[in-house]
Amino acid sequence: MSWSCSSNYLCLSSSSSSSLIDSHELTRINNRCKLSCEYKELRRKDHDTTRPINICAYNGLKPPSHELGKWQRKKDYVLKKPNNISAYYSLKPPPYKFDALEPYMSKRTIEVHWGKHHRGYVESLNKFLEQDDLLYGCTMNELISVTYNNGNPLPEFNVAAQVWNHDFFWESMQPGGGNLPILGLLQQIEKDFGSFTNFREEFIESALTLFGSGWVWLVLKRNEKRLAIVQTTNAITPLVWDDIPLLSLDMWEHAYYLDYKNNKAQYANVFMDHLVSWNAALARMARAQAFVNLGEPKIPVA
Amino acid sequence: MALRTFATRKTLGELCKFQQQVRGLQTFTLPDLSYDYGALEPAISGEIMQLHHQKHHQTYITNYNKAIEQLDDAITKGDASTAVKLQSAIKFNGGGHVNHSIFWKNLAPAREGGGEPPHGSLGSAINQSFSSLEKLIAKMNAEGAALQGSGWVWLAVDKELKRLVVETTANQDPLVTKGPSLVPLVGIDVWEHAYYLQYKNVRPDYLKNIWKVINWKYASQVYEKECP
Repeated sequence: MSWSCSSNYLCLSSSSSSSLIDSHELTRINNRCKLSCEYKELRRKDHDTTRPINICAYNGLKPPSHELGKWQRKKDYVLKKPNNISAYYSLKPPPYKFDALEPYMSKRTIEVHWGKHHRGYVESLNKFLEQDDLLYGCTMNELISVTYNNGNPLPEFNVAAQVWNHDFFWESMQPGGGNLPILGLLQQIEKDFGSFTNFREEFIESALTLFGSGWVWLVLKRNEKRLAIVQTTNAITPLVWDDIPLLSLDMWEHAYYLDYKNNKAQYANVFMDHLVSWNAALARMARAQAFVNLGEPKIPVA
Repeated sequence: MALRTFATRKTLGELCKFQQQVRGLQTFTLPDLSYDYGALEPAISGEIMQLHHQKHHQTYITNYNKAIEQLDDAITKGDASTAVKLQSAIKFNGGGHVNHSIFWKNLAPAREGGGEPPHGSLGSAINQSFSSLEKLIAKMNAEGAALQGSGWVWLAVDKELKRLVVETTANQDPLVTKGPSLVPLVGIDVWEHAYYLQYKNVRPDYLKNIWKVINWKYASQVYEKECP
């Protein structure tokens, strides 16, 4: 199905597609498209930067102000410019010491990858946000959707998405990682890929056939209600398609070059065998099940 | 007996190659560099040059040869879907081979003229299009640094319009994907493998230093051939 976005209304036209989309789904798609449309609209108008900004104006997800309580309405008028209080993104450290992943990912790699690359992205993002009042009030997810611009990314997209991607990546690894997933995640993998060995092979194959820079993800697809392996280029993340990522592997050369030079196969295998955090993936999947119905749990009958 | 197996193995290999040549399929081998790996120090380290040439370029060539063999098979069998499916592998690996072959010729050690500014017709064309060599270098460095992910930055001549242009390509896309009449004069590899071991994430430093080993003589030769 396709939709067209023009300034004040959303026009959904469905072709002869067999997939049924429920109204909840529709609202989500509406909101996502509306966000970037409203952003573009506001950008197009002659934007007076000295005028205080009502954050509600471009956050299509908030209800109209007469429906909010008095406390909430008052909060909307606490603006950035008059009070001169502003907050920016900070560089979050990985949840382990830099040498905790040795010998599979060296301390040097993490020092440069996190300390220089990731830090650089955070600083560039903050510089963009300083200058752009509209983007400043967005949450990270909103930032990524808005700057992705439905496929035509704005310059801020790369830095915003890379900040998120790297945060996600550090948390997808743990010291003493690897082995097998457990509980519900293992069951879901076996259901969607046949066996864990199949999944592992497909994941590594995906990592090796990626041309150029990019990421490999294990995602939970919302529409299809199943797990899938997704390859993305440069900074693109499955969040832009509203899928829920569970694990990621950074295939940009800076992620492995210092340790493995051009041996991508060894890097991907080591990640699967020794670095991947199935605990993190399990926790993420548990949270994801609040949004995606993966079926009734099998309760054993006494 | 060992001698016999050795002989059969050798002739088998020759037979394979013979068959390929009979089929008309020409495979590629890694071209040699005309300078030592360490000759471009300190702009590009010997370690990077060796890895870049012997591992990365060789991998592109190996995979390209594999892909064109498969393509040849598919075409002979009339298997259109396989032939089309191989196109992205051919563009990537073939492009990698083409681009890197040009790149090795674009570089020269300082004592063999690397870094010496172009004279002659290319020099004046640069001054005309970009007002000075420094401005051209600044422009190429800016585009190279701003390139997201992996790619190349090129100085090219449009052989129809007889004009110099600065272009960037993504991944290993050859320059012709940006314009069929573009001929590359100078290409700079901004994939991370080209500089990471030495410059880490500071791509602008790599771009600043590589100009000290750029072989403008080769670029002038190509330019004079296209625009006599």
